[in-house]
Amino acid sequence: MAFQSKEAAKQYWRANIKLLVVLLSIWFIVSFGAGILFVDWLNQFRLGGFKLGFWFAQQGSIYTFLVLIFVYVLKMNQLDRRFGVREDEE
Amino acid sequence: MDQQTLIYLAVGSTFALYIAIAIWSRAGSTGDFYVAGGGVHPIANGMATAADWMSAASFISMAGLIAFLGYDGSVYLMGWTGGYVLLALCLAPYLRKFGKFTVPDFIGDRYYSQMARTVAVICAIFVSFTYVAGQMRGVGVVFSRFLEVEVTTGVLIGMGVVFFYAVLGGMKGITYTQVAQYCVMIFAYTVPAIYISLLITGNPIPQLGFGDTLADGSGVHLLDRLDGLTRELGFTAFTDGKKSTIDMFCITAALMVGTAGLPHVIVRFFTVPKVRDARKSAGWALLFIAILYTTAPAVGAFARLNMINTINGPEAQGVPREDMPEWVETWETTGLIQWKDDNGDGRLFYSNDSRNEMTIDPDIMVLANPEIAELPNWVIALVAAGGLAAALSTAAGLLLVISTSISHDLLKRNLMPRISEKHELLAARLAAAAAIGLAGYLGINPPGFVAEVVAFAFGLAAASFFPAIIMGIFFKPMNQWGAVAGMLSGLVFTAGYILVFKGVFFEPLLPNTREYWLLGISPEGIGFVGMLLNLAVALTVRQFTPDAPPHVQDMVENIRFPKGSSGPGGFHDELH
Repeated sequence: MAFQSKEAAKQYWRANIKLLVVLLSIWFIVSFGAGILFVDWLNQFRLGGFKLGFWFAQQGSIYTFLVLIFVYVLKMNQLDRRFGVREDEE
Repeated sequence: MDQQTLIYLAVGSTFALYIAIAIWSRAGSTGDFYVAGGGVHPIANGMATAADWMSAASFISMAGLIAFLGYDGSVYLMGWTGGYVLLALCLAPYLRKFGKFTVPDFIGDRYYSQMARTVAVICAIFVSFTYVAGQMRGVGVVFSRFLEVEVTTGVLIGMGVVFFYAVLGGMKGITYTQVAQYCVMIFAYTVPAIYISLLITGNPIPQLGFGDTLADGSGVHLLDRLDGLTRELGFTAFTDGKKSTIDMFCITAALMVGTAGLPHVIVRFFTVPKVRDARKSAGWALLFIAILYTTAPAVGAFARLNMINTINGPEAQGVPREDMPEWVETWETTGLIQWKDDNGDGRLFYSNDSRNEMTIDPDIMVLANPEIAELPNWVIALVAAGGLAAALSTAAGLLLVISTSISHDLLKRNLMPRISEKHELLAARLAAAAAIGLAGYLGINPPGFVAEVVAFAFGLAAASFFPAIIMGIFFKPMNQWGAVAGMLSGLVFTAGYILVFKGVFFEPLLPNTREYWLLGISPEGIGFVGMLLNLAVALTVRQFTPDAPPHVQDMVENIRFPKGSSGPGGFHDELH
């Protein structure tokens, strides 16, 4: 076992799930929320030449997806180090 | 140099490059052949994944679809990128830690059942063939338009090139070729986009340009002009949609989940050295994909505006036949654009009411775009090479999944467990060769249903693989009965629903219109409902059957964190 204890393994997994829930909530809100469910309401606002809802559906959601993945990578690397389960490091 | 010479030069030199890379990166072992020895750098892997993922459909068709669908086209943009978030967060790192070669490997081992493995193999092969036939067709179309050869000759040349590097190099050859293909493809996509953005809005960045004001001095925003024009001509305004909210929701969800469940995408994350590389690799892949996917809606908006303006003319009365733009003439010969002078005034006119005289295939928009905007010849040559790169890279990735499914999942893990590595590698090469032959045949003699079955590929991946893999990782007690029952019910429901409306092999049973759809959900979006059904059935069946045995639960525990292999020894642990 790479973890110090069973308790540590549990904590690691719980932290992982918590991170997933946060990131996937943002994922859902930006794409399904802003891009589809609330698109008409958001379209009353403008971002330069874009209607805001339209912009989220065709541009904003994709940028957010990118940020989400890189935040995930960063946070998980920190978590791996904290629990000593990073590969090729003792 | 004239245009034809430039096109030959562009296509010829990129092909030579792909072949040179294939020779340099030949595969020596099954590890090389299946997962490139598990040693690909995450950035290179990200590029290869992006090239693998972005097919002829992304390169050639998507911007055209958006040009005609406007806001409704967002389902493809969000659907085909949002899936990478699911991949990166919920699948890639765990499957990498699992450390085998294929998706059926995971399903078969996790659910300790040959039945589950077999269902997964059949799905993987079916999904991949559907896809690859479409790619070969794309190769044929590009060849016939730009190289002025028969579709058949075009497909044969394409087959030859793919054969050479897929059979010789396996995953290793394919991966490094795809890196090159990505560069060709993205260059070919963005250069004309930047040109056109500058022409129309004066803004060199297409992503910003299509939200900018027009360069004609009117000070009107491009999208507002487009909304106005489309409304005047009887269409739905460009930035408004026709699709119902529930349908938009379901299609987007089905495409996202389907993306995350496609075997040729998932297998990519088996090729990097470490778990943390798998996470990173998904991020890089999405970055490289996003460059094209954020440009595509801009290209779509520019194309729609340019098209309306060149056909209807500055006075919006339609241009006379003799002043017809050159691109209409070139593409008329392919039959993909048609003009019928209904009112006999000798003028072209494009609208959504009785005045309309044009039939335009959305697939031509990206390829014709440089001609519509009257860009230099070398840009057109570049687009031809880019379209081929997109089609070939995806075809190669899919062929590998097919050959791996046959040699590894079917022979090695099922029928002939004692087969030696050398023979397995030979079987993989033979299977790849046979698959290329069949794909080429389908490309030359496309069954009428190639376009129809795209909904199938995503729907089936969403309704079968995705839930099974997710539960396999996040729900330890899930057992073989639940998983198999879930996959089968998801599959049967989704396939049944699509068949009822699309027919494919027979006349559709019901007209494919909103009144007949379940809750207003089109066949494109039904995979999402299939996925929910899969989950519900699997969870219910598990309630009444014994939990997964302890050694399987230990294996699941083991794939949940990057270091340490207490479970079944993965391939990569032996390699490094």
